[in-house]
Amino acid sequence: MSLTLFLILCLNGLQYGLLLFLIAAGLTLVFGVMGFINLAHGVQYMVGAYLIFAFTGLTGHFGLALVLSLVTALLIGLLLEYVVFRHLYDRTHLDQVLATFGIIIFLNELAKVLFGPTTLSIATPEFLSGSIQLTEQLRYPVYRLVTIGVGLVVAAGLFLTISYTRTGMLIRAGSTTPEMVAALGVNIKQLFRIVFGVGAMLAGFAGVIAAPIFAIEPGMGDNILIVAFVVIIIGGVGSIGGAFVAAILVGLIDTLGRSLATELLSFVFNPSMANQIGPALASMLIYILMAAILVIRPKGLLPAKGVH
Amino acid sequence: MKTTLTSTAGAALFSAMMSTTAMAEDLKIGMVVTLSGPPAALGQQIVDGFQLALDHKDGQLGGQAVELIIEDDELKPDVALLKATSLVEREEVDFVVGTVFSNMLQAVFKPIVQSETFLISPNAGPSTFAGRNCNPFFFATSYQNNQNAEVSGMIATEEGFENVFVMAPNYQAGRDNVEGFRQTFKGSVTDEVFTPLGHQDFSAELARVSTSGSDAIFTFMPGGMGVRLVNQFEGAGLSDSMKFMSVFTTDETTLPGQKDAAVGFLAAGSWAPDLPNDDNLAFVAAFEEKYGYIPGSYAMQAYDTANLIDSAVAEVGGDLSDKDAVRAALRKADFTSLRGDFSFNNNHYPVQDFHALQVVKREDGKFHTSFVRTVAEDYADSFHADCKM
Repeated sequence: MSLTLFLILCLNGLQYGLLLFLIAAGLTLVFGVMGFINLAHGVQYMVGAYLIFAFTGLTGHFGLALVLSLVTALLIGLLLEYVVFRHLYDRTHLDQVLATFGIIIFLNELAKVLFGPTTLSIATPEFLSGSIQLTEQLRYPVYRLVTIGVGLVVAAGLFLTISYTRTGMLIRAGSTTPEMVAALGVNIKQLFRIVFGVGAMLAGFAGVIAAPIFAIEPGMGDNILIVAFVVIIIGGVGSIGGAFVAAILVGLIDTLGRSLATELLSFVFNPSMANQIGPALASMLIYILMAAILVIRPKGLLPAKGVH
Repeated sequence: MKTTLTSTAGAALFSAMMSTTAMAEDLKIGMVVTLSGPPAALGQQIVDGFQLALDHKDGQLGGQAVELIIEDDELKPDVALLKATSLVEREEVDFVVGTVFSNMLQAVFKPIVQSETFLISPNAGPSTFAGRNCNPFFFATSYQNNQNAEVSGMIATEEGFENVFVMAPNYQAGRDNVEGFRQTFKGSVTDEVFTPLGHQDFSAELARVSTSGSDAIFTFMPGGMGVRLVNQFEGAGLSDSMKFMSVFTTDETTLPGQKDAAVGFLAAGSWAPDLPNDDNLAFVAAFEEKYGYIPGSYAMQAYDTANLIDSAVAEVGGDLSDKDAVRAALRKADFTSLRGDFSFNNNHYPVQDFHALQVVKREDGKFHTSFVRTVAEDYADSFHADCKM
């Protein structure tokens, strides 16, 4: 394996990791802070992708469509909170799982009714459609580099907000002792609503930036939700820092593993055997990592303080 | 199935009455296809193609009114099994048409053929039932999975490719396709990569492709995987340096998502929407008018399946109780296939022509695969010799 190939893999891993982080960030806050299991979080990712598809079609301008998509994703998140989720906060986790699973099915079907079952795609925005010549044959799309940059900026912004602002402090306080924060005159329900809406918007944003790279299809959020759960378990439930570290780790391990597993195995087994085992093993890697973390550090790599 | 119900004489009598009345009135056809999730587009084409054939025949096949029961297998083997069992045991259908995916076919196969109901696959054509395990109650109107890839190997050889990179998803059909390609391709395969089914990001694989020194890539990535791969292949700038050839990757179900990125890409198949014969052109026009999209091979195969059933039911005069007669009638394949020449081999898989296809953009801005040249005439699969039937 050449150094260039390795670097490309690392860039891809980083990019996948940051995408995962955008989704996991909302999930970990809602799960950790509010103790609410929201399976429908992955479907917000799909919603984001369909929104950018619809809005670029309508406006013909990516930037404008991006803004409209984010606002709409936020509104859809708030609407879901208002209509469904707020009635479930005091219910058991099973009720929450059932209700939010219902939302997945509903929204997946709705996407199919509105946009049809076929896979859709949108073009990369014009000003980001260039690519950088990496090797003689291979170019690396600028768009992918930009998503890495944007992901890092959002991560930093989120981290600073949670750690150093008043709202961030209230969110952290609300997660450990909600009654106390409420007694101090803070509208804790309002706070949770903000967390929820922003979480939904972040997942939608992930969908928006993923749309030009991956394809848009009903149910596209279902698999990524599972990986997002793996991320928050590895990182520590409720911890933004943990989600970040875990997302990058999972992104890198998954991407590198897929390419390297077969090659490494071929040192031990014959090529056809390695070809059989390699892909299977590669897709298991992140789950093996999760199992290992659960054994060694059951609370995750960087557990949030005070989460019980 | 009556013997399973003889716990009371009444039940047996009742079930006997039910089945005779059903036989006299309609032809009951059960359909098991994938209609949820991203691959729903494929199942939908089969439903639409079959429905169009019914429309053309005023809802009758072989002179009998058809009751069509459509079931969604959700691309889950357990669901497919449940739906198939219910079709043969509760609905007592005369024919089952299904499935889209080979792994679904493997799930539904046993209960259907064991109940001595005819199972006709409008798409899935796994090697498993083409050779030693061929079955008198199973027919495929599509192809045998390996064939398209074998023809791709021939095309690659004809095009003069020397080094080809091969990539497929890690499941039965993926492996069948890779094996098929290797069988007929005379050059060397630089590398062989198996990705997970439903793979999202192909950039790691494409990086390997770019450093492999290949002059073409051969792949089998149906549905959304194909859309992502083609767009990312284009994005990585590989279109300039190598040829892209595939089966079921750039077809009428994925082209609306791939658009210009796929134009000029090579494919192999037994049919294209512009295959020059009158029946076919009329079919495509009627299909587009009714459903508003260009049909793919799935719709064509479903249309042929309906016509096959039509011919067989007419041949036996609507009497489906004599299974041997029905089978003999089906084997004749006495219908006009949209593909042109079509007949069944001893293993009930088709013998048909295969062509080189290429993606083109039509004048109205829509995309489809286009017939280039015939590569293999009356091409039979390579497993039929093992079939003792």
